[in-house]
Amino acid sequence: MSSYFLKRILYVIPITLAVSFFCFSLVHLSPGDPMDAVVSPDAPSEVVAMVQRAYGFDRPLPEQFGLWVSRAVQGDLGMSAANGRAVTTEVFGALKNTLLLAIAASLIGFSLGCTFGALAGYYQGSLLDRIVTGFAVGGVSVPHYWLGMLLVIIFSVELNWLPSSGAGPGSSRDWNFEWAYLRHLILPAVTLSVIPMGVVTRTVRAMVADILAHEFVEALRAKGLAERRIFLHVIKNVAPTALAVMGLQLGYLLGSSILVETVFSWPGTGLLLNNAIFQRDLPILQGTILILALFFVALNLMVDLVQARLDPRIQRG
Amino acid sequence: MVYKKMVTALRHLRQAKRVALVSVGVALFSTPAMSEEQVLRIAMTASDIPLTTGQPDSGFEGYRFLGYTIYDALINWDMSSAEEVSGLTPGLAESWEVDAEDSRIWTFHLREGVTFHDGSEWNADGAIWNLDKIYDEDSEQFDARQAGNVRGRIPSMDSYEKVDDYTIQFTTSEPDAWFPYQLSFLLFSSPAQWEALGGDWDAFASAPSGTGPFKLTRLVPRERAVLEPNLEYWDEERVPRLSRIELIPMPESSSRTSALLSDQVDWIESPAPDAIPRMQSQGMEITSNPYPHTWPYQFSMQEGSPWLDINVRKAANLAVDREGLEAMLGGLMVPAVGIVAPDHPWYGEPTFETRYDPEEARRLLAESGFSPENPVEIKVLISTSGSGQMQPLAMNEYIQQNLAEVGIALDFEVLDWESLFPNWRRGAGDASSRGAHATNITFAWLDPFSAFYRFMHSSMAPPNGFNWGYMNDPEYDRLLDEARVTFDQTEQDAILAEFHARMVDDAAWLWVAHDVGPRAMQSRVKGFVQAKNWFQDLTPVYIEE
Repeated sequence: MSSYFLKRILYVIPITLAVSFFCFSLVHLSPGDPMDAVVSPDAPSEVVAMVQRAYGFDRPLPEQFGLWVSRAVQGDLGMSAANGRAVTTEVFGALKNTLLLAIAASLIGFSLGCTFGALAGYYQGSLLDRIVTGFAVGGVSVPHYWLGMLLVIIFSVELNWLPSSGAGPGSSRDWNFEWAYLRHLILPAVTLSVIPMGVVTRTVRAMVADILAHEFVEALRAKGLAERRIFLHVIKNVAPTALAVMGLQLGYLLGSSILVETVFSWPGTGLLLNNAIFQRDLPILQGTILILALFFVALNLMVDLVQARLDPRIQRG
Repeated sequence: MVYKKMVTALRHLRQAKRVALVSVGVALFSTPAMSEEQVLRIAMTASDIPLTTGQPDSGFEGYRFLGYTIYDALINWDMSSAEEVSGLTPGLAESWEVDAEDSRIWTFHLREGVTFHDGSEWNADGAIWNLDKIYDEDSEQFDARQAGNVRGRIPSMDSYEKVDDYTIQFTTSEPDAWFPYQLSFLLFSSPAQWEALGGDWDAFASAPSGTGPFKLTRLVPRERAVLEPNLEYWDEERVPRLSRIELIPMPESSSRTSALLSDQVDWIESPAPDAIPRMQSQGMEITSNPYPHTWPYQFSMQEGSPWLDINVRKAANLAVDREGLEAMLGGLMVPAVGIVAPDHPWYGEPTFETRYDPEEARRLLAESGFSPENPVEIKVLISTSGSGQMQPLAMNEYIQQNLAEVGIALDFEVLDWESLFPNWRRGAGDASSRGAHATNITFAWLDPFSAFYRFMHSSMAPPNGFNWGYMNDPEYDRLLDEARVTFDQTEQDAILAEFHARMVDDAAWLWVAHDVGPRAMQSRVKGFVQAKNWFQDLTPVYIEE
């Protein structure tokens, strides 16, 4: 068991290196000039050269990569070309908001997905099943941008119940669970939750239907076990897969929140990335992608380890 | 349009549920009623809070909200009139003059009795310290970011020195009558505050100190900046009436529109055009006023370009139905018949009338052997969006159709803004121009250098300036050179008017539109005077419940 864990943890090192290299290279291959974020359009070439020196953009790419990696190892990802603030401060400040959003969306998506999936699986073929499956397909298909706009029009513009944008009064960048802040979270979290809701619903439905067809369920019924107890057995078998799917979804949500954060001006990593792309803010782009990728790698590792713990067959496999 | 349809469809839902839901909803969720405090919440188009150290980034929106609010220049913009084109007015300098013997030397007499927000005194030492922060790379206070933001705006700065405690002197690299315009971009930060914060510009950004009418009291990066009035402001007529301004970055126009409609903010920059009728029906005010911002096609004059033929240039200018375009944009533009508008002192008296006359356009093209069946083929670089580009795709498609009707076939090379913009300085001959004959980039102009010189003077060909198409006309150069060394304003205006008229007669570019700087606000926002300027004065604004 420990060798599986060790092997799985060691995999992270080459993955991290590859991720660093790819995110650095891809960002540099994209069109545009990082100087656009730093100097005014009228700046003469000597000013551009002066700022290039100050930011290290004048050095050869391999040297820039080497410097970036050596600093990154020490926790320094440089400074934003657009606003001069430390990339780590910017990314972790935004990551907090994105995590909050992703966790809220996951909780909504996971709880609704499990409930809907279990119901649909138990009553396979029924009207309820068809409605739930329709919802699930809609959940994974509906464009976030459109749904977000729709919710804003209904709940912000028309009913004036919930704010349409921002993350709160902005007095603090710490975790804050006062209503003045939480009300800002509702619409983006609901918008973002439809994908995990759809994915989890479909997974749980398929798993429940599959397990119900197993002979051991028949055997349990034959032994006279209450349906509630049988349900617990089913859930126990579904849990590792549902958890794995949800873990991956959380990772996807961190990366895919870009549209939702843009619609709701939610100051997370998605909005940070969106702005960095438009401003050609290379340090922010590199830093955000790297941290999100590492987060995704860590999340995958955690899901694998937890899954292995729950289901010993995985370690043997 | 989609937005409008969705709103219409949802209105039925709202009507059915309003009675039952609103009373509960209001009680549970509604935005708290504003107190008697005079708070103005503004949604900017910027994606972050512009730099607050003294020389803002984020273009002129940065200067508008976090430049001229917190800081002053030696010479400020007079933003008090909605009718007249904005001019310059004394700021931290009470007066200035150019040396009669050597017109490169400018003497500035600084205003006495002015203090920074931290209470320290404004004087010549503070002025020199600020100049060093921009120009002296060896000084402790040198800041590459601030230098990058402003040095390009003052191209003729050569040296500066203190004369006495309230007098400083500048020397320009060559005689330059436009120098005062350039100095309006140089903003002065407090040396004492910088020292107190350990000589750290990042720390200064969170607790800046200038001499302007507002003080920054809170900054949450990417989320909010809060300004409060400087009740000690040296210009008593411009002491703010508001008790607080909250500046919120919101780059998406649909987000800004929703935020205004849901009463989350009081004022938005650049509302979505299709939401304007809805805003007006709710009693909101839409303000607009033409300002120095032009939407053109800049022509390539390189060998092989179809624009070398003046008939083609004139025909293009005669083929665009600018009034139709204005209607398409919901009235949020003014037809452009030159770089500047006819009511501007630099417009002059051109003989060629830039108007909608497709018949005449066809006649001119026929003279050159072209017709709708045998069109002149032109490739244009355009962007999908971008800072100040208005509605580039829709507008370009409209123009494409107009021009096709007379015999000019436009082929668009569509780039994203971040690729189009750097190409501007690389020029029509650069590989990144992909053989294009024109580029469509809007631009700001406030002074003769930014309006004419950088585009039309042959010395400004790439990589020196934005003469993208390599315009090279000795008469243009002569007039611009003459205007630059004419220090009498009336005489200078007359030369510029002659230059501009000549440019219109040459149909040197395709002029399409002037922007009108639309902004929308709640009806309770009062006192705003929209200057014919990129910059606006927030000091007279107040809230009337």
